[in-house]
Amino acid sequence: MRAFTYERPADVTAALVAIGKPGAKFLGGGTNLLDLMKIEAETPQHLVDVSRLPLDQIAEENGGLRIGATITNSDLAADPRVRERYPVLSRAVLNGASGQLRNQATTGGNLLQRTRCYYFYDPSTPCNKRVPGSGCSALKGFNRIHAVLGGSDACIAVHPSDMAVALSALDAEVEVQSAQGRRRIGIADFHRLPESKPEKDTILADGELITAVILPAAPAGGQVYRKVRDRASYDFALVSVAAVLDMDGDRIRSARIAMGGVAHKPWRAIEAERQLAGAELSDDIFTAAGEAAVKDAQGRGHNDFKIALAARTVARALTEAAAQKKA
Amino acid sequence: MSKTPITRRGLLGGGTILGTGLPGGGVLAQSPPPEAGAMTVDVGLTVNGVHHGLRLDPRTTLLDALREHLGLTGSKKGCDHGQCGACTVLVDGVRRNSCLNLAVSCDDREITTIEGLGSEQALHPMQAAFARHDGFQCGFCTPGQICSAVGMLAELKRGLPSAVTPQLAAATMEVAETEVRERMSGNICRCAAYPNIVAAILDAAGKT
Repeated sequence: MRAFTYERPADVTAALVAIGKPGAKFLGGGTNLLDLMKIEAETPQHLVDVSRLPLDQIAEENGGLRIGATITNSDLAADPRVRERYPVLSRAVLNGASGQLRNQATTGGNLLQRTRCYYFYDPSTPCNKRVPGSGCSALKGFNRIHAVLGGSDACIAVHPSDMAVALSALDAEVEVQSAQGRRRIGIADFHRLPESKPEKDTILADGELITAVILPAAPAGGQVYRKVRDRASYDFALVSVAAVLDMDGDRIRSARIAMGGVAHKPWRAIEAERQLAGAELSDDIFTAAGEAAVKDAQGRGHNDFKIALAARTVARALTEAAAQKKA
Repeated sequence: MSKTPITRRGLLGGGTILGTGLPGGGVLAQSPPPEAGAMTVDVGLTVNGVHHGLRLDPRTTLLDALREHLGLTGSKKGCDHGQCGACTVLVDGVRRNSCLNLAVSCDDREITTIEGLGSEQALHPMQAAFARHDGFQCGFCTPGQICSAVGMLAELKRGLPSAVTPQLAAATMEVAETEVRERMSGNICRCAAYPNIVAAILDAAGKT
């Protein structure tokens, strides 16, 4: 690990000053950042520990919830309001990582975790995300866990968060603050596609700190998080789906579908959602929605299986959401 | 005349002397030292009820502070990447991977390690249950398994749900085998003593 200096500011204002120091980086729970520092994929010169900032409350806001950035994954998933009104979020968080990691990882940090592409973690191989311009080892390498949607010739890494997939289906916003002020970013715009700059995962500007995640009022309808992975627990998604389905008898009022494990960011299946809105329930309607969700997907060889898997997981999640509402 | 017993810990303690016989003074790999003038940090840790003031390189993990600075070698360094759980300790009563915490981030926190859970004379109920059920083979993962199990049962008691909890909104959580297996997935046992580990935990929770 490269040497660094450390400070733990008492409040947000002090943290926003501290981040102006050369090579400074925020440290939240540290479950991913410290790991990356050990292999020198991250080499901050100065760590600004924000894990104890007073951003540790979940509060009612405009019919929704405001989740402080330092709320741990465990506390988020266990909050009675989240369990009752946003079960898809609670389920997504509980399906990620291990008990120990969820006790430490924060809401803000979860959004900023880096990909688990094995080439990103292997300093002996080229990786445009780790060393811009060095090339992508996954394109022609072992790309079983990689993107089938939204990839580029520079990077086919996927975003690893389960939480962010649920936030995408819930149309959450991310509140950020810098020395210049405060702004809110829709979750759909927060993470970016790799294009020619895969080293940049989000649209955050230098010095911006995530202070909260804002949930709008809970959507009507059934909510489901369905995750498919190699191990039954403690593993990243090959494919995951967060689905929210609002039914009026046998007619679908609206559907929201977000997919994880398939792209550089949580992927909303907009075309599939459009097909479902207003449609009558039928045997094959969810199968058709699954196929629409992967219409533009492109396999890279080892990950070809993800296309069919994603289509079926979408269909399965929607079927479960429909059944949930009837029960 | 009493013979000095040779213990595993005694041998480990002598490791630095053995190490000097290796080429290059026994240092096989080392992080670069901090640049001249780089700061050290003062860290206060309360470990197993005893307060320690330490002056550390900021890079020192909680695991290394416990093992290398305080001589508490019960917590194990398995993967050092938060994947195996052998380093699990309780931080303010909550289980965490000590390898993924900087010691300085734990300043002022109360740490409980396997050495603080029980003693040879008075085992913690979880330790006794692991012994009773043979919940280990090589024993390397055991301190982490036991600390994790203690923290996990406290989470169940507080009503925290898990990925396999059928009714998410339920106020109380059932101590069941499926719950224990899911909640202990952050602790790997390469000897695969899982059936006995699960039995020990259920026993300690009063479920057998």
